Amino acid sequence: MTVSDHDPAAVFGHDPAAVFGHDPAAGAGYVPGHPPRMGFFTDTSVCIGCKACEVACKEWNAIPEDGLVLTGMSYDNSVRLSADTWRHVAFVEQRRPPVPWGPGGDGRDEPTDVDVLAVAALPTDTPGEWPGAATVTVPPDGPGAPGELRWLMASDVCKHCTHAACLDVCPTGSLFRTEFGTVVVQEDICNGCGYCVPACPYGVIDQRKGDGRAWKCTLCYDRIGDGLMPACAQACPTESIQYGPLDELRQRADARVERLRDAGVPEARLYGDSPDDGVGGAGAFFLLLDEPEVYGLPPDPVVTTRDLPDMWRHVAMAAGGLVGATALACLTGRRGRRP
Amino acid sequence: MAECHPVGFQWVMEAKARGATLIHVDPRFTRTSALADVYVPLRAGSDIAFLGGIVRYVIEHEKYFRDYVLAYTNAATIVTEEFRDTEDLDGVFSGLDPETRTYDFATWRYEGTRVPPGPAGEQDQDREDRDSRFEAAATRKAARGEAHGAGGADVPGRARTDETLRHPRCVLQIVRRHFSRYTPEMVEEICGVPRATFLRVCELITSNSGRDRTTAFAYAVGWTQHTVGVQYIRTASILQSLLGNIGRPGGGILALRGHASIQGSTDIPTLFNLLPGYIPMPHALASRDLETFLRAEGTAKGYWGDMRSYVVSLLKAWWGDAADESTDFCFDHLPRLTGSHGTYDTVLAQLHGVCKGYFLMGENPAVGSINARLQRLGMANLDWLVVRDFSLIESATWWKDGPEIETGELRTEDIGTEVFFLPAAAHTEKSGSFTNTQRLLQWHGQAVEPAGDTRSDLWFTYHLGRRIREKLADAGYRARMNLDEDERAVDRDRPVLDLTWDYPTEGVQDEPEAEAVLAEINGRDAEGWPLSSYEQLAGDGSTTCGCWIYCGVHADGVNQADRRKPGQEQDWVAPEWGWAWPANRRILYNRASADPEGRPWSERKALLRWDAERRRWTGPDVPDFPATRPPDFRPGPDATGPDALAGDDPFIMQADGKAWLYAPAGVVDGPLPTHYEPQESPFTNALYGQQRNPVRQILDGDPEYLHPSDGDPGAEVFPYVTTTYRLTEHHTAGGMSRWLPYLSELQPEFFCEVSPELARERGLEHLGWATIISARNAIEARVLVTDRVPPIDVRGRRLHQIGLPYHWGPNGYSTGDAANELLHLVLDPNTHIQEAKALTVDIRPGRRPRGPALLALVSDYRRRAGITEQTGREM
Repeated sequence: MTVSDHDPAAVFGHDPAAVFGHDPAAGAGYVPGHPPRMGFFTDTSVCIGCKACEVACKEWNAIPEDGLVLTGMSYDNSVRLSADTWRHVAFVEQRRPPVPWGPGGDGRDEPTDVDVLAVAALPTDTPGEWPGAATVTVPPDGPGAPGELRWLMASDVCKHCTHAACLDVCPTGSLFRTEFGTVVVQEDICNGCGYCVPACPYGVIDQRKGDGRAWKCTLCYDRIGDGLMPACAQACPTESIQYGPLDELRQRADARVERLRDAGVPEARLYGDSPDDGVGGAGAFFLLLDEPEVYGLPPDPVVTTRDLPDMWRHVAMAAGGLVGATALACLTGRRGRRP
Repeated sequence: MAECHPVGFQWVMEAKARGATLIHVDPRFTRTSALADVYVPLRAGSDIAFLGGIVRYVIEHEKYFRDYVLAYTNAATIVTEEFRDTEDLDGVFSGLDPETRTYDFATWRYEGTRVPPGPAGEQDQDREDRDSRFEAAATRKAARGEAHGAGGADVPGRARTDETLRHPRCVLQIVRRHFSRYTPEMVEEICGVPRATFLRVCELITSNSGRDRTTAFAYAVGWTQHTVGVQYIRTASILQSLLGNIGRPGGGILALRGHASIQGSTDIPTLFNLLPGYIPMPHALASRDLETFLRAEGTAKGYWGDMRSYVVSLLKAWWGDAADESTDFCFDHLPRLTGSHGTYDTVLAQLHGVCKGYFLMGENPAVGSINARLQRLGMANLDWLVVRDFSLIESATWWKDGPEIETGELRTEDIGTEVFFLPAAAHTEKSGSFTNTQRLLQWHGQAVEPAGDTRSDLWFTYHLGRRIREKLADAGYRARMNLDEDERAVDRDRPVLDLTWDYPTEGVQDEPEAEAVLAEINGRDAEGWPLSSYEQLAGDGSTTCGCWIYCGVHADGVNQADRRKPGQEQDWVAPEWGWAWPANRRILYNRASADPEGRPWSERKALLRWDAERRRWTGPDVPDFPATRPPDFRPGPDATGPDALAGDDPFIMQADGKAWLYAPAGVVDGPLPTHYEPQESPFTNALYGQQRNPVRQILDGDPEYLHPSDGDPGAEVFPYVTTTYRLTEHHTAGGMSRWLPYLSELQPEFFCEVSPELARERGLEHLGWATIISARNAIEARVLVTDRVPPIDVRGRRLHQIGLPYHWGPNGYSTGDAANELLHLVLDPNTHIQEAKALTVDIRPGRRPRGPALLALVSDYRRRAGITEQTGREM
C-alpha cells in the first residue's frame, strides 16, 4: 500500500510534530502496526572513502554513469548528490596551519584551512616564510594539533526527512511516504515538473538530464520490503553505513558519540538526529567530526514548506481582501461610470 | 590497507573499536593514514633503516621478550669465527664474490654445523656454473620464503649456544652490533622521520608487546618491490621475534596480497621456480633423480624432512599409474630449471628471440609490468601470443595502437606476432576457491553461465590439454605431422600423454567440475578415499596429493572450503568458516603461544596449552605441532624429520626449530638486513660505503638505461623520488576496472600527486598537465596538488616525492599513460621482484611530446645525465 501525504495543510498544519511525532508513516495514514521507521546512521568516523556504497547503489538501482570528470577536489569525482548519484562520498582534505600561523598564534584556536592550491600558485621566487613550508607530520602530541593533515570522508545520502518538502510540493503524488517512513519517487508517475528540486533543503533530489524526471535514494525500497539491507549498507566494509530501525540507530549513535568523546575526540557530534531540527529529524543522520559546513552540509536546514500553511493563510487573506477590494471597485466603478 | 584492501580493513577498524592503536608508515598519506592514530611519512626506499632503528631500540633498551627469545629464537646460537658483518666490511658481509656478485654462505653458518648441501651449498663450489649457482640459491629461497611463514635452509649438525646471551658471537650480540648504528638520529637522517615521532612509534610497539599484549605488522606487496624487498620483511621478522609476536593471537606479520587469490597462486604456483606446496622446482644440474633432489632440498629436522611423501604424492596425482618405483615416480617428467626464468627473464628472452610463444591469462604487462615499452617490444618479437581477458586490454592491441606505433618504433605491417584474443569468464561465471592472505580457502559457486564465447580458465586449460593429448595420441596425426621422425619426440610427449587428465565435465559448455580438481589437490589413499591430513601422506606411492599443504581441504569427501558457519555461532577462532592451510590451522607456529612448559604466556593471550592428563595440546586452534608431543620431549640423536623436533621447538618448518633472528643460510643477500639505497637514489648511503645491495639482480642482456645516483655526475638531472601505487577505485593494470563506467567515473584519469611546494618549484598547475621523465621513457599525467605527498627532509636536503598510481593505459573507458613506462628491471635477488616503489625521475609542466619527439626528449635527458650502458651497474 502506498499513501501520498503531499498535501501539507492536511498533514501537519502549524505544529507537525504534534500531529505525528516521529512516525511519519502514521502521519501519512498507515494504520497502526506498520513497520518501524527505518533509516541510515552514517558514522563518518569509520568511513574509509572506498566508495563501495556509491558503486553498490548504482549497480542495484541501475543508475547511469554520469561523466568522467577529474575534478581535482581530492579524491571526490562525483562532486554531489544528484539524479545519477544517490550516495556521494565527500573527501575533505585539510591541514591546520602550523604554529605560528594560526591567528591566535597556537594554530588550535582557528582551524583555518591552508589553501594548498594557492600555495602552489605562488611564484617560484616567493620568499621562504610561507605556509607551504610546513612539513606534514603527525606531531607527537596527538590528533588535532596544528600542522596535522586531516582527510575526512563522509558518505552523504537523501535524509528521508520527517517533514519532507519534496513530498509536500509534488503535484502528482509521485513522491510518497512509505510504510517504513522513507520518502520515495515513483519513476512511472513523476512528470518532471521539478518542483521538488528547489524544495529540498539539502539539494538532494535532482532531475536527470535528457529524462527530466526526478530521482533520488529510495533507501532501497525494493530491498528492505524483502528484509534485505539497502545496497550501500550491505557493501560498506567498515559499518560506516548502518541500516535499521531509526530509534535503535539513534541509541547506537548516542553511545558512539559518547565513546568517541571519552576517547579524546570532542569534535564528534550527530547531525540530523534531532526531531527538533528544521526537518523534524532526518531518517538518514550522521556522525560528523566537525561542523556540517566542513562536509558541505547545511548547518541548519529547514523544511522549505514550513511556512506554507501560514503562506496559504496569508494568500487566503490577501485573496479575500482582493476579492473584497475588487467587489468594492466594481461597485464604486459602476457607480462611477454611471452617467 | 584501507586504500588497497578495504574489505580486509574492516577487521582493523574492528580492532580499533576495541582499543587497538593503529600506526601507518607510508610516503604518502592514504585512506589508511586518515584513520590511523599515528601517521609516519618516510622516504620511499628507507624502511630497513626505520625498522632497523626499532630493532636497535628494542635491544638497547632491553625491551625484548627475554623468555620467548631465549627459548624460541636462535638468539643464543653461536656463529662461526669466520663471519664478518657489514660493520667490519663497510656494508658487505663475508663471502661476497665481487666477480659473480653472489654470496657464499659458508662463513655465515652456526659454529659446529656444516655448510648445507644442495644448490645453496654444494653448488657454490661449482665456480664454472655461475648462473645455475645463483639461480639455484634464489630458487631455494623463493621456494622456502613463504612455506609455513619462513622455513629456512638446512643447518646440518648441532650448533653451540650460550644461554646467557653474552657470548660476542652469539646471534643476539651479532644482531645488536649490526644494528647499533641505526640510532634515532640516523633514522631521522635517512628516513626523514623526526626523532620524536620515531621514538613514539618505538614506545607504542614495545609497550604493546610481551606476555599480555601482542602487536601485528601488516604490509602490502609494496614492501617486496625493492632491490632489498626480502630484507624489509626479514627486518620485521627479527623485530616480531624479539618482541615475541609470532605464533600468538594478535601477532604476526601479515602479507596483504595484490589480487583475490594471489596467495593461492603461490600455494599452487604460477611461478617458474616452485612446485605446489612450496616444493622447489628441480634444477637441470642439481636434480639428477628423485633421490638426489630430495637429499638436496629436504631438511634433516622438521616437516621438510618428510619432503619425499609430498613430492611422491604430487607425482602420483599428476601421472597416476605411470608413476611408480620403476619410473622413479616420473620424476623425469618434471621440467628442469636451467637458470632464471622469471617474468622479466622471459621478456628479455623474447627480445633475444629465444621465447617464441606467450600466454597472458588475466595479466596486462603492456601496462602492469615494469618498463612497459620493453614488454611490448618483447611481445612484438614473438611468433604467437594468446591473451585471455575480459576486454581488449593494451597487451592485446599494442600491435595496432600501442605507444611504439605512435613513436614510429614499430610498424604494424612489420610485426610477425600472431595475436589470439580469447574472452575470459568472470568469477561470478565459474566455481572455484579463493585463497586469501590468511591462507584461508573460500569457495564460490557459479552464479550465471559465461556469456557468448567467454570461458573459464579451467575450461580453457582442461580442453586445451585434452585436445593436445588427443592429437599426440593419434597415430594418424603423428604421421601427418612427422612427429615420430625424431625419436626423442616420443619421450618428449610422454609427460603430456601420461598425465591424469580425466576431470568430469558439466553443463552446456562441458565445464570441468572445479570440485573434482579440489578433490585431486586434496589427495586420496590407496583405496581412493579422501585424505584428511598431510601427515597421512606416504613416500612409497600409496597416496596421491596435488598440493600437500592443501591436504584436508576435501576431508571426508566434503568441500571444507565451502563452510559458511557465521562467526557468532562458533568460538573466536571460527574454524568452521572456510578452510585454512595447513590442516585448518588459523595461526601458524602456535606452539609459541605457550611457554616452553606448555602454559600460555598469559591468560589474555592464551591459545594452546599442554593438557598433562590427556597428554595432548589443546585449545581453540589446531596445534601447529605434533599434537601429543609433550613440552619436555627430547629427540634421540638419530631422529629425523618431525621426530627430531623437541617439545619446545615451535618453528617446525625451520631446520633448528627456532625463529631466525640471523639467517645462517638461504637468504642470498645477507644473513641480516642492511640499509642500502635503492638502485636509483638522490642520496648516498649514510651508513656504509656500499651504496646499493651488492648482489641485487641485474639481468644479463637488459638493454635499458639506469640513472646515476647521488654523488655521481648527472644525478641532479633526476632530482625527485617517485613511488607507484594503487587506488581503491581501480584494479592493478586496469583490466577489471578501466572498462567499467561505475569505477572509471570515480577515478577518471591518470594523475600524479605532488606537494604544493614541488608544484611551486616546477611551475605545475593543479589539474594541469605534467610530464614525468626517466631514462626509460616519459609519460604525461594530470596534476593533483596535495598535502598528502609531503616533502621530506633527508640529510639536510628537502626531498620531493611524486605519487604515481599505475592503473592506466591507452585502452578502455578511462585512459592515461602507464606509470610503469618509467621503471627499470633491477630486481630483488631472492624473489626476482622489481623495484617499483622507489626510483628517481624528473617532472616538468605540460604534456609530453608526441611521435619521435618523445624518444628525442628521453634521449636528451640521458645525454644531459651522461648515462651510458654502464651507469648504475657498478656493484
